[in-house]
Amino acid sequence: MMPIQVRLGRLALHLVLAAGALLSALPFLWAITTSLKPARLTYTPPLVIPTHFQWQNYVDAWRAAPFPRFYLNSAIMAVAITAGQVLLSALAAYAFARLRFPGRDLLFLAVLGTMMVPFHVTLIPNYLVIRWLGWVDTYYALVVPRIVGAFSIFLFRQFFLTIPSELDDAARIDGCSRLGVFWRVMLPLSGPAAAAVAIFAFLFAWNDFLWPLIVTNSVDMRPIQVGLAVFQGRYGTRWTLLMAGTIIATVPALVVYIVAQRRFIEGVTLTGLKG
Amino acid sequence: MSPPKALAHPPLLSTSLQGFLVAFERHDWPSAFVCLLPVALIFGLFNIYPALYSVFLSFFRWDGFNLQREFVGLDNYRTLVHSGAFWHSVLVTFYYASGATLLSLVLGLALATALNSNLAGRTIYRTLYFLPVVTPMVAAGVVWQRLFDPTHGVINGALSWLGVTGPNWLSDPAWAMPALILVGTWRRAGFNLVVYLAALQAVPRIYYEAARLDGASAWALFRFITVPLVAPASLFLAITSLIDGFQMLDLVFVMTNGGPLDATNVLGFYLYQNAFRFFKLGYASAVAYAIFALIFLVTLVQWRLVGRRAEVAYQEAA
Repeated sequence: MMPIQVRLGRLALHLVLAAGALLSALPFLWAITTSLKPARLTYTPPLVIPTHFQWQNYVDAWRAAPFPRFYLNSAIMAVAITAGQVLLSALAAYAFARLRFPGRDLLFLAVLGTMMVPFHVTLIPNYLVIRWLGWVDTYYALVVPRIVGAFSIFLFRQFFLTIPSELDDAARIDGCSRLGVFWRVMLPLSGPAAAAVAIFAFLFAWNDFLWPLIVTNSVDMRPIQVGLAVFQGRYGTRWTLLMAGTIIATVPALVVYIVAQRRFIEGVTLTGLKG
Repeated sequence: MSPPKALAHPPLLSTSLQGFLVAFERHDWPSAFVCLLPVALIFGLFNIYPALYSVFLSFFRWDGFNLQREFVGLDNYRTLVHSGAFWHSVLVTFYYASGATLLSLVLGLALATALNSNLAGRTIYRTLYFLPVVTPMVAAGVVWQRLFDPTHGVINGALSWLGVTGPNWLSDPAWAMPALILVGTWRRAGFNLVVYLAALQAVPRIYYEAARLDGASAWALFRFITVPLVAPASLFLAITSLIDGFQMLDLVFVMTNGGPLDATNVLGFYLYQNAFRFFKLGYASAVAYAIFALIFLVTLVQWRLVGRRAEVAYQEAA
């Protein structure tokens, strides 16, 4: 048996932590509850525990705006960016971690340096480049500029450095080329790094707002977050419908987080300690 | 396997295909070239060229469509320095960034300290606190805007239940920014919590046990062991969260549109307005570099002032 003070202390701690967790989850709870209410009860309690289940709101929201199309656009954008970030960043990181060539460390520093530049500085010229390429309102504009990332390269490089170089030496002696070593040895071993990069990239892409807003202008090319912002402009007063739309836009991000939670937390911890 | 002796040292820029293939086999650089080509192309076109082109653009007056760009020298920077709207925006951005940083750091450390014991349900708490970090900003903004609604919102509802009349939040110039800071804190605290928790788990238990034997209070343990030993993590979090704060824009976009009366017109939004609503691309480019300079300056100051103190504190405690 624990002493009574310790047990009281724990109880108090739990109370405080639970209250904090409730505050943290409040927007989610409220959004879910509101999204399931009949419109006439929008402003009436209960506010955070669903007692009505008007699933029709979701059907109505789904139909009120081209949500399927927004979903498709976001999915294409997020998957393409994720795949690119994993493959291309790993490829570059392999060169930085394993190959010897003049100016390697300088180049790596330059890559890290791009992380210091805020997106404000490149926003306008990036838009002009996209316009010059004729890519405004296309998937290219949504995907290509973000298909590699300095942070992903950094993460992969750090991970590759922990893989013993005897492994690549052995493969080389067996007649494997350098790119073969990358493909057959390094990439298959880099699961944890790839997972972290993939989760970060997917969430970034799914949640991104400003860039898609600037480079798309037809309804058909809008990803979900831009679509939601416009939806709010039109249905801002119909809270039940709006909350259904918000939940629709949020669920994929939350699902990815909950499924891949452990890896994700590991990734955050890694960046925090390295920083 | 080994190539003929004559080709043991092929010239760096072989002209014949065979020479290239041999070089490919013998040296690292051709493979490195292949590995780095995609990254170099994309970074070149979408990072490095734009960063330089921004400087160039900041010396012109241009709406983005006219074929003629008018060279104006340093005029855009002169306008910026004398613009009341710009400096107002700087102040507003500082207000947001420092407010959200301070609150989320304190909250993150407090929560991490509470969770850094073998408390039951620790992972559940961590999951819940981390949810806001992965939530899309737009969706979060849409929901919080309703929570802050003066008449039907949950927040004023709770306040009135406590006997307090809540303010008009997002439509009151004095309360709009505090509301955004609350949302920013809500979003950031979970991230800080996770990083702090990792830092705390690296602190040897023995420090606490030794101090406890000497009769130190819980507050003393926190003040003289925890705070100095997580100082490096605090520095990292303070810098990254301040930079994040300086760049914040989505919340303003969704919740306040820069208002009321420019009370939430942060630099990112000011830049967006000038570039994509007023089409002053040259002036907006000057603003972009001003933001860059400010972030750089603030980071440097933090590094110098806090960084050294963090290091000293860490070493004294360790």
